[in-house]
Amino acid sequence: MSTAVAVILFVGVTAYALFGGADFGAGFWDLVAGGAVRGERPRAVIDHSIGPVWEANHVWLIFCFVVLWTSFPEAFASITLTLFVPLTIAAFGIVLRGSSFAFRKAVLRTRDRRNFGAAFAVSSVIVPFCMGAVAGAIATGRVPAGGEAGDPVHSWINPTSLLGGVLAVVVVAYLSAVYLVWDARRADDVAMVEYFRRRAVVAAVVAGAVALAGIFILRADAPFLYHGLTTRALPLVIASALCGVASLVLLIRGAHRYARILSIGAVASVVLAWGVAQWPYVIPETMKVSTTAAPSGTLEAILVAFGCAVVLVLPALGLLYTLDQRSLLPGEGAETG
Amino acid sequence: MLFTEVVSPVLAVNPVTWARSQMAFTLAAHIILVPLGVSWAFFTLLANYRAIRHQDEAALALAQRWSKYMAVTFAVGAVTGTVLSFEFGLLWPRFMGRWGGAFGVPFAFEGLFFFTEAIFVAIYIYGWRRLKPWTHFWTGVPIVIAGVFGSISVIAANAWMNDPSGFTLNSSGQVVKVDPMGVIFNRAMPLQAAHMVVAAYIVGGFLIASVYAMGMLRGRNDRYHRLGFLIPFTVAAIATPIQMAVGDSLTRWIYTNQPIKFAAIELVPQTRSDVPETLLGHLNANGTVSGGIGIPGMASWLSDPKTGTATVVQGLNTVPVDDEPTIVQINTVHLSWDIMIGLGTLLFLLSVWYGLYWAIRRDMPRSRWFLRIAAASGILSILTMEAGWVVTEVGRQPWIVYNYMKVEDAATGNTGVWITFVAVVLLYIGVGVTTILVMRGMSRRFRQDGGFDEHDTPYGPAEPLAPAPTPDHRDDQPVAVP
Repeated sequence: MSTAVAVILFVGVTAYALFGGADFGAGFWDLVAGGAVRGERPRAVIDHSIGPVWEANHVWLIFCFVVLWTSFPEAFASITLTLFVPLTIAAFGIVLRGSSFAFRKAVLRTRDRRNFGAAFAVSSVIVPFCMGAVAGAIATGRVPAGGEAGDPVHSWINPTSLLGGVLAVVVVAYLSAVYLVWDARRADDVAMVEYFRRRAVVAAVVAGAVALAGIFILRADAPFLYHGLTTRALPLVIASALCGVASLVLLIRGAHRYARILSIGAVASVVLAWGVAQWPYVIPETMKVSTTAAPSGTLEAILVAFGCAVVLVLPALGLLYTLDQRSLLPGEGAETG
Repeated sequence: MLFTEVVSPVLAVNPVTWARSQMAFTLAAHIILVPLGVSWAFFTLLANYRAIRHQDEAALALAQRWSKYMAVTFAVGAVTGTVLSFEFGLLWPRFMGRWGGAFGVPFAFEGLFFFTEAIFVAIYIYGWRRLKPWTHFWTGVPIVIAGVFGSISVIAANAWMNDPSGFTLNSSGQVVKVDPMGVIFNRAMPLQAAHMVVAAYIVGGFLIASVYAMGMLRGRNDRYHRLGFLIPFTVAAIATPIQMAVGDSLTRWIYTNQPIKFAAIELVPQTRSDVPETLLGHLNANGTVSGGIGIPGMASWLSDPKTGTATVVQGLNTVPVDDEPTIVQINTVHLSWDIMIGLGTLLFLLSVWYGLYWAIRRDMPRSRWFLRIAAASGILSILTMEAGWVVTEVGRQPWIVYNYMKVEDAATGNTGVWITFVAVVLLYIGVGVTTILVMRGMSRRFRQDGGFDEHDTPYGPAEPLAPAPTPDHRDDQPVAVP
């Protein structure tokens, strides 16, 4: 049963990377879109792509937290004790982002919108970096076992965490650029399709380069993870690489539809590869999934809650997406339909 | 080296007090948004129902605008709620490490309800002009249900801290077996949850009504303001006497199950019968009570009317020295209790005034004094709720898990908590002020523009993208400019 819960946890992490990640990435492009005049059009596309359930994407983070603290409470304690600083920064970033989301649409003055937009954009970069650094710290076993505190500084300022942070920022930027190409196309905005396509290509190349460099970093800094990635998780790593390269080729040639699916595949498989590579540990080489899991009653409750979510929440979410995709009022034109 | 020798000592401050302050502050802030998240959708649906049933234009405008304000407070509440889930780990890692398997369970369900609520808030806002009126009305109902059950789930976790159950410990104190139903349906849960849900309707009702009472005091006596006042105020006025009954039962539960909290509430240093109900006053370090007005025998009588003033109330002297709450904590609990009861009674009298006037004249009281007090009722009800929450939380001290784990054993060892505390306070002040400014701005805009546009709100549908720009766009163009 602990295995099932661990799988659910990783489903949550992957969903957060894909949905939340794309949102963070949109914030990244918002940040680098340039001055108010030059960046106006890209920002309009970014704004538009932010759908109605937008912040609900971040419920995946809460989901991961809840599963972690109920099912692997000791690991959660170790992680929060050790990684106090990056998690605190991430929490602040999320407050800034979330409240900018709450306020930005409700204010109309350009100056206000720009201020909220800036808070939104900057925190969109900081949060994934911190999350990546946290992942690096966990994956390298720098978080000690048994609810103990590790090194508060070097646990997350180290080669692998740096790699994790940079990779997270680059990957979400890539993912989001590919989505934005799609959104710009739906709006028939040729200039913006080209704009985001070029950025998606650059981000894909950079992400690939960082991932390649990562191989050497991991070999030196995280032998256990490296071993896992080159054995158990190798098929996933290869799948990710193939998806990445294929999406890059399609992006260069301008075939956007499949590029989108392939980019999702590339990111999902790299996150899953991390999970498979560090199996059977929650925290490599000290805390095993099977031995650190909470009592079976708790795990059952989590499985039940997850089942309810699949039955209740997913259809509702589907309904919302459907309503959002079709459906415009007569006066609103058909360009987004 | 610079870090360890120079920076570290400056940052090294005992984290327990700061962790406690930060948790208290962030919870105190979040709890203001909770009633709006729980009850506003219900008021909106009442207005929506009226709008459809009676073709009432004012009710329609009200429901539409409320749904937009609601989205803003909901989004801010989601953010402050997310901070709390970070803080469980960042501030109380040892608590979560040891008890997460039990305490954490209700949150799995809370997450479910929260997700549902977020989705239907979006669908509801989306549906104003895109769904048939009654279909649209029904998409609001899940918000109300999910709001109630979501807050019940969170309160179940808090109630569990007051009455830990549903787990088995081994000889070294580790949780080895968890019964999720036992955790969620702990004995403190039903009354505590009822108390909070009713409080959510009272605070939400008075708070929203107070805004329209202000409007009426400024001479806006149109039907729109009248409805905006009547709908939430009536619900709150009905809920207030219910709350007194629920509160009374809950207090008796505390008398039986958390005698020390009860002793602090009633300021009872020594176990005795014929305990007076002390209004105000405080406990001294030597165990005497000074100041205040005593109503002879009242506390005993209220604890169990059957045995009357002969009811014995357990005193603070029965706590083992190591488990004693501090004098300051005891006085805080007692004073908060007095504030809750005092303000609660005031709100009850206001409700009675309203109810009687309505029964006789079939109208709301028009006197300026009624409107003035009603305009203050929002703030007063928030204070009442905060005071009640202080009684629950401080009354449990020194325990975080009643009789199992103390707060000081639960806190993080990270000595920089005071920095995050200061940062959180500044950030929340900013968020709070902005929330109010944004909502005022929305209100001004509604008054000027009229009409309805669902794009300018969080959770609202995506704005249709304007056609590709022409070269001469100006910077101050409204809308469509991010």
